[in-house]
Amino acid sequence: MRIGVFICHCGSNIAGTVDCAKVAAIARTYPDVVYADDPMYTCAEPGQAAIEAAIHEHKLDGVVVASCSPRMHEPTFRRTVERAGLNRYMLEMANIREHVSWIGKDMEANTNKAAELVQLAVEKLRNNKPLMAKSFDVNKRVLVIGGGVAGIQAALDCADGGVPVVLVEREATIGGKMAKLDKTFPTVDCSACILGPKMVDVAQHSNITLYAYSEVEDISGYVGNFTVKIRKRSTYVDWSLCTGCGACTEKCPAKKTPDAFNELTGTTTAITIAFPQAIPKKAVINPQFCRQLLKGKCGVCAKVCPTGAIKYDMEDEIITEEVGSIVAATGYDLMDWTVYKEYGGGTYPDVITSLQYERLLSASGPTGGHVKRPSDGREPKNIVFVQCVGSRDKSVGRPYCSGFCCMYTAKQAILTKDHIPDSKSFVFYMDIRAPGKMYDEFTRRAMEEYGTEYIRGRVSQIYPDANGQMTVMGVDTLLGQPVEIKADLVVLAVGVEASKGSPQLAEKLRISYDSYGFFMESHVKLKPVETNTAGVYLAGVCQGVKDIPASVAQGSAAAAKVLALFSKDKLESDPQIAQVDIRRCVNCGKCIRCCPFGAIKEVEIRGEGKAQVIETVCQGCGLCTSTCPQGAIQLSHATDNQILAEVNALCQC
Amino acid sequence: MNFAYYPGCSARGSSKDYEMSTQAVCKALDMRLVDIPDWNCCGSTPAHAVDTELSAALCVRNLDIAAQQKAEVLLTPCPSCLSNLRMAAKRMENPAFRSRVDELLDGPSAKEFPPVTSVMQGIAAQMDMGAITARVRQSLKGLKLVAYYGCLMSRPAEVMNFGDPENPTLMEEMMSACGAEMLDFPLKTACCGASFGIPERPMTAKNSGRILELATRLGADAIVVACPLCQMNLDLRQDQASAAMDTKFRMPVLYFTQMMGIAFDLPEKELGLNKLCVSADGLIRKLGELRREEAAKPAEQKAKAAEGGR
Amino acid sequence: MNEAINLNRLRDPAFTEEVEAHSGQKVSTCYQCGNCTAGCPAGFVYDMQVNQIMRAVQLGLKDAVLDSRSIWMCLSCSTCSQRCPNNIDVAGVMETLRHMARKEGRVAVPKVEKFWFSFLDTVRTFGRTHEIGTMALYMMRSLRVFTDVDLAPEALKKGKLGLKPHILPGGAGPVTRIFTRYKERAKREGVRP
Repeated sequence: MRIGVFICHCGSNIAGTVDCAKVAAIARTYPDVVYADDPMYTCAEPGQAAIEAAIHEHKLDGVVVASCSPRMHEPTFRRTVERAGLNRYMLEMANIREHVSWIGKDMEANTNKAAELVQLAVEKLRNNKPLMAKSFDVNKRVLVIGGGVAGIQAALDCADGGVPVVLVEREATIGGKMAKLDKTFPTVDCSACILGPKMVDVAQHSNITLYAYSEVEDISGYVGNFTVKIRKRSTYVDWSLCTGCGACTEKCPAKKTPDAFNELTGTTTAITIAFPQAIPKKAVINPQFCRQLLKGKCGVCAKVCPTGAIKYDMEDEIITEEVGSIVAATGYDLMDWTVYKEYGGGTYPDVITSLQYERLLSASGPTGGHVKRPSDGREPKNIVFVQCVGSRDKSVGRPYCSGFCCMYTAKQAILTKDHIPDSKSFVFYMDIRAPGKMYDEFTRRAMEEYGTEYIRGRVSQIYPDANGQMTVMGVDTLLGQPVEIKADLVVLAVGVEASKGSPQLAEKLRISYDSYGFFMESHVKLKPVETNTAGVYLAGVCQGVKDIPASVAQGSAAAAKVLALFSKDKLESDPQIAQVDIRRCVNCGKCIRCCPFGAIKEVEIRGEGKAQVIETVCQGCGLCTSTCPQGAIQLSHATDNQILAEVNALCQC
Repeated sequence: MNFAYYPGCSARGSSKDYEMSTQAVCKALDMRLVDIPDWNCCGSTPAHAVDTELSAALCVRNLDIAAQQKAEVLLTPCPSCLSNLRMAAKRMENPAFRSRVDELLDGPSAKEFPPVTSVMQGIAAQMDMGAITARVRQSLKGLKLVAYYGCLMSRPAEVMNFGDPENPTLMEEMMSACGAEMLDFPLKTACCGASFGIPERPMTAKNSGRILELATRLGADAIVVACPLCQMNLDLRQDQASAAMDTKFRMPVLYFTQMMGIAFDLPEKELGLNKLCVSADGLIRKLGELRREEAAKPAEQKAKAAEGGR
Repeated sequence: MNEAINLNRLRDPAFTEEVEAHSGQKVSTCYQCGNCTAGCPAGFVYDMQVNQIMRAVQLGLKDAVLDSRSIWMCLSCSTCSQRCPNNIDVAGVMETLRHMARKEGRVAVPKVEKFWFSFLDTVRTFGRTHEIGTMALYMMRSLRVFTDVDLAPEALKKGKLGLKPHILPGGAGPVTRIFTRYKERAKREGVRP
């Protein structure tokens, strides 16, 4: 072999504590090394050009670069040697920055260690083989899981980009939490008015197939070729016949069904259409409250339905879709605030959550937009908003900030004043987080123009007075005094958590999630919408708390990633995967069992069972290599022999 | 069945009626409370406020005696004693602390101490609510009661092991088992003012006043308590609380064992009802009327039927 | 004049460390939400609210904390610890401060200490508390001779004023010895008992 070695100075980062020239000189004495140099900045353009020139001039067939961590520049230098005509896997790196120069200042010790690490890299390179990437087809269709504003945006952008979209939404209507809001900050736009057109676009877009009231049952496959099973839950109404006229909801006798869309602030009928602007605007029967389904006695809706759409014997249906990429946009739920027994733990009707209050404020809500106390229906005059209920609270296992409560509390205080001009609102806060455009000004409006009393301090206890009001025991830390307020209504800004079922969905998607259920991005700063699983992207609050503009932005960002993925007709697979030597394989099956990705299967070759790697699924983790008792399965570019070569070199140093 | 018992100092003094009713009710439930011999004061708040090791030494002497008696569990009626004894036992798990405390005692203390719980929990461990109901001879049905636990019984949660620290319910369960209607009382674990009655009267007057005020506004017939100090602050000091709240309270404050004793129809003398400063006579009378009304109902109904209804 | 607290001069980081070591609580986790103050039943007689005490401990303002009235008026009811969102045992910190203040002889509310000592003196003498004895000693020491005299008639009538002390059956020796050893050890260690 003819190997060239480049010892990078990295300015003074490496050269400050390593004698690079000396290391280069030592490298020249290693077997197969015909050229060695110590450039100032190898990754910069002149540095890379120098490597290419050396390859041509000295007819090198392998390159070692001793510099920073491969996590920084391995792809860079691989491309460099490829441009000069070599196979990109005939490059090895020795990390003499993070592993040497950044650790200590002893020049002699560092230089020695750098020389040794270079020797290891040379030995590895001497055992490397050129590897070829394979290419495979890409199915240019995308699955978007979740029809909230982030999912809607991702779906629309992909569809507009010419990519067919399968949109799966768990509820009966798309729109997510944004559809439940009355108005949005900081413009106080009507939420349904700005979201509605987008929802209609989704319904009408020729490139979007919408499965509402459905859930993802199973996902198999790999980037470019996912097979997804979707469970269309039974609505007991044939949506191809239902016109959304609502005659059934008017006549249904089961009027005490808990109203989930309205956050349980009221009751509804067993057959419902979620809200007037629902997409799809179709009826759904709640089987736990429908008298026909429970007791076989009723059938009123079937009688009044003008199109005969009611089907009491309907069953769940499993649909299979094939897609090339998946966007997870599953949003959030409020945490279980009933753990706050000092606030009544859910037993006091006049202590409600912010989402419940949003439904009371909304014209499509259970009170027609008139703010009424749940206990007696009277209009409240003193309203207390409590922020940070289940956020920034280690004692309930929720240390993080939920990001948008300060803003929506200010909005709700403003709206309250609009609805009830002679009301007085109080807000208990710890800090005000208002970082967006016009956000801080908005919170100041609530205080300065709308007369909301902002009190800095938490609330220790809320309990009912005997006269129907709630006593709120709080504190004003700026005044340094405990304070007490008698409130007609208390609204809690409850902290958010990842949507129910997030961990289970993450398992199906084979992506990671944190201890709160939020899906893990590839890099929290630089890759917020990608995951470590190729082909799966994230958008919206499922990745972390954020407001509507950020969710929409991430929806578009995820769509951009999908469109970029689909801009090629074929995808390249990473050749650093496991390979089976069938001469050695004894079909013990240990590798199949230990592979976390299900990337190995048993096949029959000439009448014998052998293991075979599914190349596009293998992630190159190497577990099989260390498990196989025969050494039959080897991870390319990290085979036993290659690693042992490095070990031998190290032992002889 | 016999139970090792630590009465506490107030049992012999200002809360003698708690002691009397506790003994009476336990006897009625076949539980015999046997004082551990030679018990001393646990030190209550003054001891731990002055020094942790002094407080622990006073408590450990008692725990040691209980251990020598081979008691399986030590019952005590007073939450302050309970809190101090349990805290001491917990701290003694630390070897450095243990040796410091042992230095103050006559001899090294036992390696393991029996667990200490309240008499209330002791009763609940012995029998379920059904068994308590079975013993009721005069149902408390029609009485609206408020259960007030005080601040020590359920806090700190990990030491006291008394259910939900914000919302303990054991006393309500027992009173319900006797037929009473228990009102939801949000201040059930709020502090009554503790031992500050003597050095800082406004502290107890205001805090106890707040409790009395809410109970009165909720329409309670009586407040039921399980702590000698709470009872004293709410009952003996009720006029002081009234003055602080600019009103006149008339709220009987009974120990839960007195209430149970009434339900079990035990003799009033045995329950020490005459020791209550705010008299329970009105309560007893109302209960009697309720029971008479109820007994008269079937006869009334028969009479109505005979008249052919109206 | 705006008398600023000179943090270079008055900050005592060693004080903060000592409080943390004795109480076992990390005061830097307190973000001053005031939940403790909001639920404190004694706040109306405090000179510094409990969250302000925590703030002063964070800043190492030893004199402000140990000379405060608040630490003496604390009821030890643990409502603060129960509701602290950062799981700080605030009541434990208050108890630590009480101990530290007392041991340094900084007694901002002498009547409270006198009350405790009166109580403990009866325990030392009899092995069990003598309520009347406690009252008598307290009145003498604090010269507050009219304390609770309004209760005396009622208490007498109901037999709640036990004049005779209850002594340990075998004599109060074992308990008296605990106190004696405690005082002697305190003297040896140079600590105010």
